[in-house]
Amino acid sequence: MPSLGADMDFGTLSEWLVHEGDTVHRGDPMAVIDTEKSAIEVESFDDGVVETFLVEPGTRVPVGTPLATLAPLGATAPAQRVPAPRVPEPASPKAGAAPPLRHHAAELGVDITEVTGTGPHGGVTRADVDRAAAAMREEATRASAAVALETPTPEAVPAAPSTARVSPYARRLAKELGVDLAVITGTGPGGSVRADDVAAASQPPATETAETPVLEAEQAAAPAAAPPATATPERTARATIAALMSRAKREIPHYYVATTVDLAATTEWLRRTNKERPVSERLVPAAVILKATALTAREHPELNGFWVDDRFVPGDDVHLGVAVSVRGGALVAPAIHHTADLDLTELMATLRDLVKRARAGRLRRAEMADPTLTVTDLGDQGVEEVIGVIYPPQVALLGVGRVVERPWAVERMVGVRPTVRLTLSGDHRATDGATGARFLNTLERLLQHPEEL
Amino acid sequence: MTTTTTPAAVGTIQTTYREALREAIREALREDERVFLMGEDVGRYGGCFAVSLGLLAEFGPERIRDTPLSESAFVGAGIGAAIAGMRPIVEIMTVNFSLLALDQILNNAATLLHMSGGQVHVPLVIRMTTGAGRQLAAQHSHSLEGWYAHIPGLKIVAPGTLEDARGMLWTALEDPDPVLVFEHSSLYNMSGTLPADAGHRDIQRAAVRRSGSDVTLVSYGGSLPKTLQAAESLAADGIDAEVVDLRVLRPLDDETIMGSVRRTHRLVIVDEGWRTGSLSAEISARVTEQCFFELDSPIERVCSEEVPIPYSKHLEQAALPQPEKIVAAARRVVG
Amino acid sequence: MSKRQAIAARPSAAAPTRAAHRLGLLREMTTIRLFEERCIELYSAEKIRGFLHVAIGEEAVAAGVMQNLLPEDAVVSTYREHGHAIARGMPKDVVMAEMLGRLTGCSRGRGGSMHLFDAGLRFYGGNAIVGGGLPLAIGVALADKMTGRRGVTACFFGDGAFAEGEFHECANLAALWRLPVLFVCENNLYAMGTALARTHAQTDLALRAASYGLASWPVDGMDVLAVEEATGRALDRVRNGGGPCFLEMRTYRFRAHSMFDPELYRDKAEVAEWRKRDPIELLATRMKQDDELTDSDREAMRAQVEAEIDQAAQAAEGAPLEPVEELTRFVYTEGTGGVR
Repeated sequence: MPSLGADMDFGTLSEWLVHEGDTVHRGDPMAVIDTEKSAIEVESFDDGVVETFLVEPGTRVPVGTPLATLAPLGATAPAQRVPAPRVPEPASPKAGAAPPLRHHAAELGVDITEVTGTGPHGGVTRADVDRAAAAMREEATRASAAVALETPTPEAVPAAPSTARVSPYARRLAKELGVDLAVITGTGPGGSVRADDVAAASQPPATETAETPVLEAEQAAAPAAAPPATATPERTARATIAALMSRAKREIPHYYVATTVDLAATTEWLRRTNKERPVSERLVPAAVILKATALTAREHPELNGFWVDDRFVPGDDVHLGVAVSVRGGALVAPAIHHTADLDLTELMATLRDLVKRARAGRLRRAEMADPTLTVTDLGDQGVEEVIGVIYPPQVALLGVGRVVERPWAVERMVGVRPTVRLTLSGDHRATDGATGARFLNTLERLLQHPEEL
Repeated sequence: MTTTTTPAAVGTIQTTYREALREAIREALREDERVFLMGEDVGRYGGCFAVSLGLLAEFGPERIRDTPLSESAFVGAGIGAAIAGMRPIVEIMTVNFSLLALDQILNNAATLLHMSGGQVHVPLVIRMTTGAGRQLAAQHSHSLEGWYAHIPGLKIVAPGTLEDARGMLWTALEDPDPVLVFEHSSLYNMSGTLPADAGHRDIQRAAVRRSGSDVTLVSYGGSLPKTLQAAESLAADGIDAEVVDLRVLRPLDDETIMGSVRRTHRLVIVDEGWRTGSLSAEISARVTEQCFFELDSPIERVCSEEVPIPYSKHLEQAALPQPEKIVAAARRVVG
Repeated sequence: MSKRQAIAARPSAAAPTRAAHRLGLLREMTTIRLFEERCIELYSAEKIRGFLHVAIGEEAVAAGVMQNLLPEDAVVSTYREHGHAIARGMPKDVVMAEMLGRLTGCSRGRGGSMHLFDAGLRFYGGNAIVGGGLPLAIGVALADKMTGRRGVTACFFGDGAFAEGEFHECANLAALWRLPVLFVCENNLYAMGTALARTHAQTDLALRAASYGLASWPVDGMDVLAVEEATGRALDRVRNGGGPCFLEMRTYRFRAHSMFDPELYRDKAEVAEWRKRDPIELLATRMKQDDELTDSDREAMRAQVEAEIDQAAQAAEGAPLEPVEELTRFVYTEGTGGVR
């Protein structure tokens, strides 16, 4: 029983989509699982032959319980487990298809009356429909390949997204991020899917996008047959954020701690230091807060890293992600590598450069890959407080609000001081609120001595 | 994983790869009376590449021994002297001439310890020049260190920096087993600074000579400067390359190589040996064995063309790994 | 074939007069000398690169030995082989083009100074591995013997190679199988920079060669007439089934081992002493004594050779380079390559 969310302890096997003795391939749906939230299809992570079902439909089992055994392809299964060869039922297999399946078949463009059922009493199962759809795709691909052979111009060969060409790292990443490889269009050599493609095109859970792979496959196989349904870049970007944030809120038990920090020292120091700087090198409070955050993260490494495979993996150094909103409604959070090692001038320059390139869509791949802790500063949007959603698989996010002048008491004297509201969102699996509180305390302390940053 | 030595308080000296090697030999001769240098023209001639220039006057003909052009004999004699308690440094003029002594190196030096059931150690150091680039044509331009790295029982090092030229010899001499030191002929004139008290260097680990996050460039010896140059060109285009200097070709430091690949997910191997059956092939195989799921792109190799090295400059340069070829390969893997 | 005819047309073959014959030898040695001096110039100007080993001072050996060889004979040489190649009949412009790495060079620019080849002349190369040519030479001789050809293989090597195991293995094998080989050891007293006495316990090389059953003679390698005479005698013996011979040519190179050699290993006085026996001057002096040469003859001949070398150098500098696309050719035979 796979874990389909951080909050899932049990699942109910509602339906097998394959039979014992069936050959399945990596990515093939095998079963439908009912969780507290919804029914989800579970896919095979390996190629193999379904050997034995260990759990009957309708059974509720804890996460981690084996549901079935899979024998490697080519391995000879013990004789008694090999089902008798399936005899196609020529009589009236068309009858036994349930309405949801008819819908599914229609979505896939499969004529259900032509499908040979292999279910009980020759009934058509979901797997039968999927097989038929796969066969159609194969047929279409062969046909277009034949066309390509007849007219061997480069343009004649459609750049079919082939799930076979996925880099090993992208495959691993997709698994970690819960991304469905089938929906990704590769941008690597020969249309191969690489890690960037996975990061850029992570998708909502399988149930919500069940038709997407089929649509893409149809386009590739028979471009004339279906209207183009290509997502616009904005849609893709939005979908990426949607998937990522859904996953964050689904899997990460957030906690939040916040504090308001007196920025008088910082503001005053900035005023003085900027007087001596050329305009192009002037510092803004955001840079100071970033640097202080980076140093803080070094002191609290338990908030700087990733939650992977049910455990916390610390980052190799502090690489702060900086959330930048870009045109078209997208949001990116590229990394400033080794943030704590940069002096403020370098950091300021890096920040300027990063924001500029982020908005121009010219970020380097490495910057996209590995921030260890993200900072979202929406001060320029006028809000006072940002209670953010953590970027998986990171374990914390710092929200920074606008610098606000507030009445503020210092040593029993009330004055007007510049302040900022800092909010730490933490992953409760990795740390507890006390850790977050200590983090904010350190950050506040550092911001009182900007000259030491 | 540290890559650079910080200049010591005692200050730095301006030196060359050649002088650094000489200083290392001088130190060994001074510190250990069992050490002696022998080879063709190491004495009066001053060494074919002038590495041993002046040592004859300082240490005399007993310890700076000119040999006849009898490679099998004097390399074999080095092995014999080593098993009998001396610490010989044998210089072979070029790797090509080492083929005349291959029998002794492979059938004796590499096997005596094992054949004797652990009784007979061979604490021998063999230095030799390797590599192409100086228009010496097909019998003087081989890079056969990868061949030697095939042989269990040998340790193979390839100093690619002044620090390593200065610091590897002592460690090699302290090693109880035969160590072959490959000095790329293009490096002898490389100049730079060394801490005045530059010390001994390990002969176990690879080194990250440049940190980067987009692609790992693995290199060694004479290809290292070319690779660093390529990394700079790549940086100008926004590709951040990490350069790993193997330093030790056998045993390979898997940890450093894999560590880098895990960071960058992309790998280009630069090896002046011929591609087929090369050290680059070995590294490529190891990375796919140990880091398959870290790879985001097929591994690329930049090797010598599979042709004996031609004399004429344009053909020779075309046959060898070059910064432009490394840049192109890195671009392909970064995509 | 034209090259072979050129060899056959040598003065020795026709032998019109002693004077003409000696003039031919003088011209051959002068050609080699001036050619190599030009090479040094071109090397200094970076037109020639890599290693350049000149045989200035040793010209008598090349000229005297080649004088006696017939077209069916074969030659295996060393990395100091420009003189051997020219004396064997390889055109100067072809050798010069090779020195400059040009497509028109004898090895298409792939071999350079150390690897001059001309299969048509049975000139099987300069070999850059000391002693590396010796086994090759006895193999060529073995083939000639087995196929009943009458050729003799002249194998050049230095005193340095005498220290290699290969010499001793080959000397034994050639004597054992009575192969038609002429071993020509150019003993210039230094193996690169190490003196003979520092590398050989017994420095009488002819004596040692004799111990293998080779008929052996030491020869004054600075006297081209002595070289010619000794070679003729040795070749007669080999051709008449007397088995392999060994000639120790006692000679001297006036120049450094290669262009990088600071010559720390020998005195200037020693070089000066040997220069007194410059093979070209030695022959010229004798010819003048015998009224066979005037200074003006000599000057005219020299000017003519100089002009030929100018032409060869000019042609080489203007010659094309092999296209880079051809880089990986000649690693394996293309088609049958004429090999049967």
